[in-house]
Amino acid sequence: MDAPLLAIRDLHLTMSSFDGEAHVLNGIELTVRRGEIWGLVGESGCGKSLTGLSISRLLPSPPARYLRGEIRFEGRDMLKLPISAVVALRGKKIGMIFQDPTTNLNPAYRIGEQLVDVALAAASHDPTILDCPPRAGRRERKRAARRLAAAMLDRVGIPNPEARLDNYPHEFSGGMRQRVLIAMALIGRPDLLIADEPTTALDVSVQAQILKLLKGTVADHDIGVILITHNLGVVAQTCTNVAVMYAGNIVESGPVAEVIERPAHPYTRALMAAIPTKETRRGALQGLGGTVPNLIAPPPGCRFAPRCPLTIPACTRALPPAVDIGAGHTAACIRVEEERAAVHA
Amino acid sequence: MPEPILVIDNVSKVYPGRRGMFGRSAEVQALKGISIAVDRGESFGLVGESGSGKTTLTRSILHLEQPTSGRILFEGRDLATLSGAELRRLRARVQIVFQDPYASLNPRMTVQDIVTEPMVVHQDVLGLGGRQRTERAAELLSLVGLGPQHLRRYPHEFSGGQRQRICIARALASGPELLLLDEPTSALDVSVQAQVLNLLCDLQDRLGLTYFFISHDLAVVRYLCSRVALIYRGELVEEGETGRIFDAPETEYAQMLIGAMPEVSVPR
Repeated sequence: MDAPLLAIRDLHLTMSSFDGEAHVLNGIELTVRRGEIWGLVGESGCGKSLTGLSISRLLPSPPARYLRGEIRFEGRDMLKLPISAVVALRGKKIGMIFQDPTTNLNPAYRIGEQLVDVALAAASHDPTILDCPPRAGRRERKRAARRLAAAMLDRVGIPNPEARLDNYPHEFSGGMRQRVLIAMALIGRPDLLIADEPTTALDVSVQAQILKLLKGTVADHDIGVILITHNLGVVAQTCTNVAVMYAGNIVESGPVAEVIERPAHPYTRALMAAIPTKETRRGALQGLGGTVPNLIAPPPGCRFAPRCPLTIPACTRALPPAVDIGAGHTAACIRVEEERAAVHA
Repeated sequence: MPEPILVIDNVSKVYPGRRGMFGRSAEVQALKGISIAVDRGESFGLVGESGSGKTTLTRSILHLEQPTSGRILFEGRDLATLSGAELRRLRARVQIVFQDPYASLNPRMTVQDIVTEPMVVHQDVLGLGGRQRTERAAELLSLVGLGPQHLRRYPHEFSGGQRQRICIARALASGPELLLLDEPTSALDVSVQAQVLNLLCDLQDRLGLTYFFISHDLAVVRYLCSRVALIYRGELVEEGETGRIFDAPETEYAQMLIGAMPEVSVPR
């Protein structure tokens, strides 16, 4: 099997605050291969965005401090690379899309200029993307970049792309702006795309279009995607694999069908029981009692133990390791085998 | 057949274009002849995407906005014909819970002040003295799953779900019959959303409230509401029993919207 695109191993991150140092990522393990769309799902404060930002080293240090672990992107450890080398990868090998399409475009520049800038920067790294002769002049390169920008807008489904290049961001609707950002993230032909809640601010009909676009991009270009979201429905409809996070840990991960149909970790099960489905009868929805633990002084052992219905004394002794339960499906729960035996009995 | 508690009768709203430096901008037709009747004790869901006119309609029901044409009747009385004092008395019976529990509580007021304020405003309807108000506030807090120990605290000491409980307690303080719920759970995490939805079901069963539930989250509407109306660009597209709308949507727009719903099941 070829080397994975991205391999995160035992990543520990702390963030310092006035109250102390919060242990926000507590041993993250994640492997992303080409062609995979990984859903990183969890509730507010579980560390899903911090994981995404860590990959492209977008967290300022301080307050961020990496205690140990590695983030290998195409074999190179992002945590050991000089920051200039990381910057050279951003927008080129690693594309990012964020939640709010309104604040991520510069309102003072036409979107064409913004796309051309990214394309030219990416071309300095990989000249083939502009598709023009090697000794082309600046003018010619710029014209090529503009053609590429129009082609990208067309690909993300923006009608009349040539003319739209001369529009300012305020002339686009929210869904259209998010498409522009996707075009911008893809223009440098990244190998890895990190999309942090790309559809949370959008209407469901637009969300469906954007997710379809994302799936199409993976199929066409054989890239890897990390889709950060709090919406398990979006994961079920879009992703190939999913990692469920709770309080800085990946508690369960695996192929999407496996995890959604046979959730093994009590937190994943609680999360799914909290989502109203077609079959949920009125009053039968199950909330999750208690609150997310304080990460400055996290509970000993399993961080979910204080809210878990299955807690036994051993749960609070040590952080449960991820147990492989077959078909690439893992769950970090010491009672997972016994639970599964009970289900199959 | 009993009289509906709320009747929206052919309501339209046009916002005139603004006059600016470069002339007058086009007028906006926010609502186009909307008619809806909400029965006492039911949960009525209003679903629409951004810009569909959900908020304009909600504000019209509260009479914060006057419709350009059409009438809004609460228990058979036209809001537009009421005097200021009558309208204020009526507002004790129609209350609202807003979307963002972080923005809808005054950070400088204690929970007690927040929950008793409607009782002060509607003193003439409720007639509660100072001590009774405090007792009632404690009652309301226990009704929404908080306790009297929270009375002296400030909003920043609470989580998002707890804050939304405080907002619900405040909305219940004047003894309303109709509660407008404007996306009450969309700012909350799913596990907390589930708790708040269960609380809303429970309160409705206990107090016989009527809910007018505004949302863009179809799954939540399907769970909570018995009837649904879909609006699109200010027009009522489809209305009916929740089960019928979700199983067999008739209009193309409803089919598209329900088809776009990300269900937590693996597509086959």
